[in-house]
Amino acid sequence: MWNSKWMAALALGALIAAGSAHAQKKVVAVSIPAATHGWTAGVVYHAQAAAKEVNKAFPGVEVVVKTSPSAAAQVSALEDLSASRNLAALVILPFSSEELTGPVKSVKGKGAFITVVDRGLTDPGVQDLYVAGDNIAVGRNTAKYLVDKMGGKGNLVVLRGIPTVIDDERIKGFQDTLKGTEMKVLDIQYANWNSDQAFKLMQDYLAKYPKIDAVWANDDDMLLGVLEAIKQSGRKEIKFALGGNGMKEIVKKVMDGDPVTPVETPYPPSMIKTAIYMTVANLTGQVPVRGAVKLDAPLITRQNAKEYYFPDSPF
Amino acid sequence: MSAIPHHAGLRAEREFAVSWTEAGPFLALAVLLAVGYLINPDFLSATNLSNVVTRSAFIVIIAVGATFVISSGGLDLSVGSMAAFVTGVMIMCMNGMAGGYGGWAIPIGMAVALAVGLLCGLLNGVIVTVGRIEAFIATLGTMGIFRALITYMSDGGTIPIDRGLREAYRPVYFGTVAGVPIPIVVAAAVALAAAFVLYRTKYGRRCAAVGANEEVARYSGISIVKTRTIAYMIQGACVAIAAICYVPRLGAATPTTGLLWELQVITAVVIGGTVLRGGKGRIWGTVAGAVVLELIANLMVLSDMVSEYLVGAVQGVIIIVAMLIQRFSK
Repeated sequence: MWNSKWMAALALGALIAAGSAHAQKKVVAVSIPAATHGWTAGVVYHAQAAAKEVNKAFPGVEVVVKTSPSAAAQVSALEDLSASRNLAALVILPFSSEELTGPVKSVKGKGAFITVVDRGLTDPGVQDLYVAGDNIAVGRNTAKYLVDKMGGKGNLVVLRGIPTVIDDERIKGFQDTLKGTEMKVLDIQYANWNSDQAFKLMQDYLAKYPKIDAVWANDDDMLLGVLEAIKQSGRKEIKFALGGNGMKEIVKKVMDGDPVTPVETPYPPSMIKTAIYMTVANLTGQVPVRGAVKLDAPLITRQNAKEYYFPDSPF
Repeated sequence: MSAIPHHAGLRAEREFAVSWTEAGPFLALAVLLAVGYLINPDFLSATNLSNVVTRSAFIVIIAVGATFVISSGGLDLSVGSMAAFVTGVMIMCMNGMAGGYGGWAIPIGMAVALAVGLLCGLLNGVIVTVGRIEAFIATLGTMGIFRALITYMSDGGTIPIDRGLREAYRPVYFGTVAGVPIPIVVAAAVALAAAFVLYRTKYGRRCAAVGANEEVARYSGISIVKTRTIAYMIQGACVAIAAICYVPRLGAATPTTGLLWELQVITAVVIGGTVLRGGKGRIWGTVAGAVVLELIANLMVLSDMVSEYLVGAVQGVIIIVAMLIQRFSK
């Protein structure tokens, strides 16, 4: 498991190496989904921030960020990028594993260093570096916190997202951790990571169950709807309403010491920045980075919230 | 619904009897309420019903507008995206003026929303009528445009309303007038006004005439372009009114605001007894249809019988069965 000290050391090493940049610019292409909801908007923000910082720090490197609205568009973008320039590296957050595996392979065939972020390709042999978060840990760490704080007893309701692997893993991590405790999940329904649907669902939960001790929405967009529904109902028995992902509004709540949302679990869109920095470190400083990096989902608390708070980011 | 006697009286002038098609949506509503009570008595609690009807208000308001468009022989797929776009523009306006105008920013923002809604409707109408493009394609195009604009305006994230305005504006969704939540009052007012226009004015008759038979309407001296364009503008205004009630609920616009509302709206209109190919609009049926849709979703959560994975399928079956009952009870 990589920790922040390692990352700092890497970045520093890369910076020192900057002095010996070549005249010929090394092009690093970054291909990511276009901003269509909060999390991908965060990815775009952090990718652009990383590009700006790297381009300034390393005159010998040019980071190019390209966003695509669909898997098909991303495939075309890859073809365009690799046809028009000689890519030293490609950092990609693939739309879907199946469709992108072939095109990424052909970019690799031309000699580019391949960094895959978040969603893996169907053939892991293609990637040189893999950077991802830990969705199981998102569910597990949230559940652990609730078990600790509630003494292993209480009634919970859960809002889940869109039926995908990401959602399944979060729910699995959560439920597995609750096993063997006296915590009871009263209900679990899809709200599609949408705040409006979460608002309605929470209203319905409140109508259905006279006593709810804690709520977990596995994404912060949904948590916003949940909090509004609780506020409207005037119910006071709900001790915790937790989310996940690290949206700035919720991280702010944690910073301000909100009693109902005192912690947050990150699945940070800034992982794209981790990937870009590591890739550039390899190109400029001969830093060995080949392998897989799984970012943990440590609880964001009042003490460390600053590290995860980006007031200028859209997410 | 208190609307039934009024509606029946109105139709009786022409037909002297309430047909099954007319009563269908209200019967469905009654059956749902009864079934809901049997499944979970909490279903009929005042809080639950008021929650459900309040949140169906947006779809009711937009669907009332859609009743005009559809009865005039058109279709508008852009309403969901338009709602998101109008919401975004309204919030940005309010935030921009919060400093200079304080609390006045709210009514000014509302006026801006209404103007933007009317313009969006005008755009749809002109493309369909003057441009002579199939309504399905034209509004599919503007649907993409409005959705992209809200995504662009928010950088893919959220556009939250100014903190200072949030509390002042909140009652528009959460407040009540004589015990009735404000969105319900607004929706009722919109439906009443729409029923008057559609059933009692010249424009309403023209709307139905254009939808029933374009050629005949043209030979009768009715301007197709004008009639349809106005229908789209009414739709735009309704979207804006819905947006005005929507913003105080969560206080933000996002690229997922109003996603798939167009399908809910069209479903509500059709459940209400309006025919998709045009010619006849039923405002009160539409209102009942929108409430029925929201009640079904509510019932799915309150009952423990349906697996979370199958909720969508059961909703689909209920809607189809409701339509079949209407069809065969004619």
